[in-house]
Amino acid sequence: MPLARTDNATTLFAEGAVSTLRLIVYLACAIGLMVLDHRGNYLESLRRTGGVLIEPVYRLAALPANLARATRTAVATQDQLASENRALREQLLFAQARLNRLDALVAQNARLKGLLDAQKNLGLTVQFARLINVDLDPFRHRIVLDVGASQGIDVGQPVIDAQGVMGQIVEVLPNSSIAMLITDATHAIPVVIERTGLRTIAYGSGAIDELQLPTIPISADVKVGDRLLTSGLGGRFPAGFPVGEVRQVGQDKSGMFIAAVAQPAAALDRSSEVLLLRDQPQPYGPPAPQDEVGPPADLAGPAPAAAPGTPTP
Amino acid sequence: MSRLRARTWLFAGSIVCAFLLQLMPLPPLLEPLKPYWIGLVLVYWAIETPERVGLGFAFLLGVSADLLVGELLGEQALRLLVIAFIVLRFRARLRFFPVWQQALAVLALLLNDRIVMLMARGFSGEPMPPSSFWLAPLTGMLAWPFVFLLFDDLRARLRAHE
Repeated sequence: MPLARTDNATTLFAEGAVSTLRLIVYLACAIGLMVLDHRGNYLESLRRTGGVLIEPVYRLAALPANLARATRTAVATQDQLASENRALREQLLFAQARLNRLDALVAQNARLKGLLDAQKNLGLTVQFARLINVDLDPFRHRIVLDVGASQGIDVGQPVIDAQGVMGQIVEVLPNSSIAMLITDATHAIPVVIERTGLRTIAYGSGAIDELQLPTIPISADVKVGDRLLTSGLGGRFPAGFPVGEVRQVGQDKSGMFIAAVAQPAAALDRSSEVLLLRDQPQPYGPPAPQDEVGPPADLAGPAPAAAPGTPTP
Repeated sequence: MSRLRARTWLFAGSIVCAFLLQLMPLPPLLEPLKPYWIGLVLVYWAIETPERVGLGFAFLLGVSADLLVGELLGEQALRLLVIAFIVLRFRARLRFFPVWQQALAVLALLLNDRIVMLMARGFSGEPMPPSSFWLAPLTGMLAWPFVFLLFDDLRARLRAHE
């Protein structure tokens, strides 16, 4: 240790036994790790291999919250339970009534589709999942679900609850998975305004009850109370699921667009059971690169070093 | 021999507890207030037993924290390294501070930690967090006296048992 000073280490104002050289070496290691991980996303694969160790920690950390919930249920009075039961019964009745009407619509739809000879059907297969009560980072909106690769979960699957779209799976461990909510500041979801059919994109705001739509054309017709549905563009979320409701409409800073704020439809901070959609309209990730197509090797001249005139992105 | 083992248990237990506390959910309103428990525990052990806690330990602790809760491998390793380095540098003075002065020093440490975190996240292209991002160091400062007194008491009891 050339930089460690040992002669005055015993005085009150000694600089301690830690040298700057070691700090620099370790800092370089940490920064190197960050750069490598940013490029190659090794953390996900590491976490997947370490899943056997990591998942029990998640479950353990979720225990107190589960216990708190169980206690709340246990000490709830008869009255509360009865009124909750009544409310749930009413909801079930409504849902049943809507479902009956929907059945008729589905039948009609199937008949019309048959007439149109449509190939695709919109049948959705869903999978039930519970939240593991773990908070990864208060400033990133991630939730941990109790199903994972061994239950057939895949990266990119949409997560919904009874009211609307919640988010999508971003990471899969052997027996649990991590989903990003639509309000995460790095999330964006293509939506369509139900009343007018206008397509736009809803960005997460970082606040759990807010979505931002900063790029609506100035001439578009948007009102407070408009419902947002998934548009199905982009291939990740199937079309027609509720995303939110416009709460506030204004102009953006440049005055070129309407900037609206919406409230998510799903109970993002309250749901403890969610549904995962099974059939993804499109597989996750960019399409596989195509084979190179060109003139036969004997016809092609010497390869140009840099093709002139090709636009570079 | 058993004394050493008991101390090792206390040390390991405190770190496991810090990880669990870090993962534990809070009501959504209180969520931004959650102190950086792993950092607090590291500060305590760096002040009290620097022969056990060096930069290498801080680095390993950070990498395992990243594996558990992180998004980018190395982010918490960087943050904990900075914390450990500053504490070890000023350890001789920090040790003899009264608790309230230590708490102020911890506030400064945690604020610095937030700046390091902001830099790391900024470089990886994440947007600016909301203003409540800056509240957690304050709760960290408020939590420090309790962390300090709790561990001091536990260690004193271990010593008294001998």
